[in-house]
Amino acid sequence: MSRRAVITGVGVVAPGGIGTKAYWNLLSEGRTATRIITHFDASPYRSRMAGEADFDPVREGLTPQEIRRLDRAAQFAVVAGREAMSDSGIEFDQLDPGRIGVSLGTAVGCTTSLEREFIVGSDRGKYWEVDQSYAVPHLYDYFTPSSMATELAWTVGAEGPVSVVSTGCTSGLDSVGYAAELIMEGSADVVVTGGTEAPLSPITVVCFDVIRASSTRNDDPTTACRPFDKTRDGLVLGEGCAIIVLEELEHARARGAHIYGEVAGFASRCNAYHMTGLHPEGIEMSDAINIALKQARADATDVGYINAHGSGTKQNDLHETAAFKRSLGAHAYKTPVSGFKSMIGHSLGAIGSLEIVGSLLAFEQDLIPPTANLHEQDPECDLDYTPLVAREKKVDTVLTVGSGFGGFQSAMVLKKVEGAGR
Amino acid sequence: MTRAVVTGIGIASPNGLGPTAYWRATLQGETAIKPITRFDSANYWAKIAGEVPGFEAGRHLQGRLLPQTDHMTRLTLVGTDWALRGAGVQPNDIPDTDIAVITAATAGGYEFGQRELQKLWHQGPEYVSAYQSFAWFYAVNTGQISIRHGTRGPGAVVVSEQAGGIDSIGHARRQLRKGVQLALTGGMDSSLCPWAWVAHQASGRLSRNNNPRRAYLPFDRDASGYVAGEGGAIMVLETPESASERPGTRIYGEIVGYASTFDSRMPSREPGLKRAAELALRDAGMDASEIDVVFADAAGIPELDKAEAEAIKGIFGPYGVPVTAPKTMTGRLFAGGGSLDVASAILSIYWSAIPPTVNVENPVPEYELDLVMNEARHGKIKAALVLGRGKGGFNSAMVVREYR
Repeated sequence: MSRRAVITGVGVVAPGGIGTKAYWNLLSEGRTATRIITHFDASPYRSRMAGEADFDPVREGLTPQEIRRLDRAAQFAVVAGREAMSDSGIEFDQLDPGRIGVSLGTAVGCTTSLEREFIVGSDRGKYWEVDQSYAVPHLYDYFTPSSMATELAWTVGAEGPVSVVSTGCTSGLDSVGYAAELIMEGSADVVVTGGTEAPLSPITVVCFDVIRASSTRNDDPTTACRPFDKTRDGLVLGEGCAIIVLEELEHARARGAHIYGEVAGFASRCNAYHMTGLHPEGIEMSDAINIALKQARADATDVGYINAHGSGTKQNDLHETAAFKRSLGAHAYKTPVSGFKSMIGHSLGAIGSLEIVGSLLAFEQDLIPPTANLHEQDPECDLDYTPLVAREKKVDTVLTVGSGFGGFQSAMVLKKVEGAGR
Repeated sequence: MTRAVVTGIGIASPNGLGPTAYWRATLQGETAIKPITRFDSANYWAKIAGEVPGFEAGRHLQGRLLPQTDHMTRLTLVGTDWALRGAGVQPNDIPDTDIAVITAATAGGYEFGQRELQKLWHQGPEYVSAYQSFAWFYAVNTGQISIRHGTRGPGAVVVSEQAGGIDSIGHARRQLRKGVQLALTGGMDSSLCPWAWVAHQASGRLSRNNNPRRAYLPFDRDASGYVAGEGGAIMVLETPESASERPGTRIYGEIVGYASTFDSRMPSREPGLKRAAELALRDAGMDASEIDVVFADAAGIPELDKAEAEAIKGIFGPYGVPVTAPKTMTGRLFAGGGSLDVASAILSIYWSAIPPTVNVENPVPEYELDLVMNEARHGKIKAALVLGRGKGGFNSAMVVREYR
């Protein structure tokens, strides 16, 4: 009998609140948590806004050692990881550690810490030959993001397969897809997965400035990210983390676990087109959707809700709208679509996992969170994007997609599981 | 179960560009660890590295690619061209959606990143390159390979420090099992710039000995850390059915087993390397007695060498299998290291020879390893086990076998 991967625990650090509950409140109320950046002085930059998490590591139970040692993104992963562990009800220390894995998504890793240390070691860029005497002991952990997977693996006591999956802005979907593959092939029974990102530092802000991908609506930061709206002018960065406990279905059933849903289908595609550009036809995203649906043994007409990438750029809006129509045909017009980045910004490698968690909560609550800031729908985007207000609807199949630099296109199908949570 | 064979190998190594030059140098034990030339190392305590010599990106790549790529991406693109050419894959031979690209990364395009960080902080935001948004992130090599060769199948990037080079190939095999026909996979890495160097030094794992012959001595009683290098291997991995569609395609060998594990932080728990090797053997459906050589992780750090020796001894018995570490010639190549070891293991099988571990003169007797030292050992090799570890607790193992 084939093995199936189901979600039995979730944990969140997001703009607008720490914890799954605060996150759902924000999404379901359609509130936005984007604002003028407070982490550093962003006044020299073109886009000065972000979805920032009000994260106090002390209040979240991290030790002074952990706070000094870990990049903010790793701190998020530990805190969200603990919430997900506790939410799953699994007694991790009772499991065979060799059957526990970790797959963590991140796009830019510990960039924030690296930039901070670079500024010191190079004396604000004065010296190419960075001074070795200023190197902090944990510099190498910032150098490679696998250190964050290590931290999460330590948190959950994993001794099975552990890895970071880093595919830019689809990392948060791809890491969970990878985790599901580990479970389905039998390499692990429980994989703690998800994505984390704390990219709000000058270099990352400037990256998006120079290619004019980010919004300049600095005088109105709370409504700056406007996917599918004809007044949109770019993405708004964000930070955050969602950690997901993925478990083999029979393993979860045997302990009577609450099951949020199943990762029923997943596919990724390269678009072989451009490192930052998207082809308006959305062929590769549509391919990924078709394969994910097929894997999930679902028809296009089964999809009750589409969680869009919705980054807030025109290029993206046209791209994914075309992909949805290409894959779902006439059913695309009858299916509610919404984009969470309108509320929490684009947290790069974390957002895919945050979107998965939000979609699972939509299952639970029979409520589809809206696309915020959508007042004047772009006539070229002619689907139902659930503007402004959440919608009550019973859904048992969700399609969630992601798209990122490097040409990555990913799609995941989440399904409600029969008889879950007995 | 779908089988996975290697039909093309692209190599950029400090001791040779391309599989032929690399293998010749490696069998002859040619070490390439030298004083650093890529930047002025006067102000750093570590002054030697394995640099890929004679690599002129402009000879291999279009001019427009140069301003948008880090050195490691250029090595990767050239290595991929090599692998595809060797495998005889022409554009349109294989449907573009049936080709996956799976690479490993450790730190991304670090030199590119340092240059842009310096521009941002010294000159101002308007001087930062428009390519910074992707040239230094971990996913860049997979994206650039896909664009260069028009591949529109699955893409992924795994990061597990120095075990990642093996993990990428394991994940590529998974893609073949899920139905793609061919995968471009492996890792090429480079982080030889001052900002990366400071991080390497901070890892606590670089040798403080700056004599190229005495710095990186795995399993030796004088082991004192490792030397960093650059390069790696990109391979064409495909199903035998796919290879047979191109008559005359050379099959170097087959990937038959793979597993990865993680070390607990608790000292009471046994490290996971032995378990990874056992799981990989089980995945291959093979017994330890069928393995003719082990390509060791060979950390060069006494406690890690000891742990690896114990893992090998635990599976094969004392002096139970030839063990080698050709990386003593190149230094450790991070995301590229595991992939180059897998390539070396496959070349070992193909050419019936085990390359030597150089510079090691006094292996610790208690390790009881049959370490292949000084000279290559010639003779039939049917199967090899490749071990890799990454800082933080990553262990990976891969079994490769002659194709029959």
